[in-house]
Amino acid sequence: MIRVSGVKKAFGEKAVLHGIDAEFNSGQVNFIIGRSGSGKSVLTKCIVGLLEVDAGLIQYGDTDFSELDLKGREKVRRQIGMLFQGGALFDSMTVLENVMFPLRMFSDMTEEERLERAMECLRRVELEGAEDRFPAEVSGGMQKRVALARAIVGKPQYLFCDEPNSGLDPQTAIVIDNLIKDLTHEYGTTTVVISHDMNSVIEIGDSIHFLHEGEVAWHGDRMDILDSGVKSLDGFVYASDLMKDIRKQLRKK
Amino acid sequence: MEAIGVQSVGIVALLSVFMGAVIAIQTAHQVGGWVPAYTIGFTVRQTMILEFAPTIIPVILSGKVGSNIASQIGTMQVTEQIDALEVMGVRSISFLVLPKLLAALLIFPFLVVIAMVLGMGAGAFICDFAELSSFADYEYGLQVDFSPFDVTYALIKTCVFALIITSVSAYHGYYTSGGAREVGRSSTKAVVYSVVIVMVANLVITQLLLT
Repeated sequence: MIRVSGVKKAFGEKAVLHGIDAEFNSGQVNFIIGRSGSGKSVLTKCIVGLLEVDAGLIQYGDTDFSELDLKGREKVRRQIGMLFQGGALFDSMTVLENVMFPLRMFSDMTEEERLERAMECLRRVELEGAEDRFPAEVSGGMQKRVALARAIVGKPQYLFCDEPNSGLDPQTAIVIDNLIKDLTHEYGTTTVVISHDMNSVIEIGDSIHFLHEGEVAWHGDRMDILDSGVKSLDGFVYASDLMKDIRKQLRKK
Repeated sequence: MEAIGVQSVGIVALLSVFMGAVIAIQTAHQVGGWVPAYTIGFTVRQTMILEFAPTIIPVILSGKVGSNIASQIGTMQVTEQIDALEVMGVRSISFLVLPKLLAALLIFPFLVVIAMVLGMGAGAFICDFAELSSFADYEYGLQVDFSPFDVTYALIKTCVFALIITSVSAYHGYYTSGGAREVGRSSTKAVVYSVVIVMVANLVITQLLLT
């Protein structure tokens, strides 16, 4: 479980996070949703330690991450897998080398075991056969899947996914969503997904935090999100005509 | 090591050969009257060992290697590859910069020695080919009043410049923020700052070691 308490972050005079409180549970797909500029990415970067918080606590289990020194943070980070929005694959390495990278850096596995584990992850993301290609030689969707394979190769306790479906076709988006859900439930991972994609939220979201102007404006599960009564959330959820139609149908029932 | 050193051998060799030959011709132009013929070999040797190989070659390498390092690390920064390393628990600076620093420290002296040898060799060739002086005079000029410390001085300078070029370039690459345009800017800044710092360091080291 990850607990965030009273987290504040400002860039110069501009406050981005105004005291965020949130809990992200193990074995659940926890969504952070919100409009662009609401502070989702900043919050995630604070949680993984890429940005220092101005105030507040971030706890991984019982460990107070924000109080740890560099060595302590590295120890926690080795239990983290992160899927970046752009993939963030190492472009000088092949697909297979990218996926094997975390194992090469930190695991005690033999090279054969690493290879086997990396291939297993590539099979899960349906990328068997692409292992010798470089990131520049595969499509954007494939890059995302490679990045997901790299994020899960070390069986992380905590998985962060930044816009996992952005730039993907609907079919691939569903594959990625299902994979995130399956891995989370299979390994009991604490998964945090940042997304704008309401399809994903409604399909796989176990717990949802809605950020609005640097604050958690709403928290609940996917069953409640369609009828939250929070104006800013309704504006976000029902931004598309499709979602408006869904609401009409739900109200008729 | 390959990107920093092996891929630079060609340009280093090319420049050294032409510079050695040109210095020989220019010196030969001054020879005659009270200037003895062996001055050609002497001047080529001193120029190549004291200044051209250890200073001009690193300056040229700062354009090739420095911009390469800055743009590579800069691209990694703007495409979140460095964030990915950090989140994995990898110390990105050590992981990305240290190998480049060590590679440069190892390979720059080799390149500089290659430049010295090729420059002096090219001088000998042009003297013979263009009948500027006899080989015996040139050879005598290469040996006359030779101080082995000059080579030590050159290699010390080279190592310092290698350190400056890689660390300045890595710094500019690492602290790139934005997109492709900023990567280009960092790359340019890396070269400009490297060259300026190398020039200042050259003066300081020369003052310290040769006076």
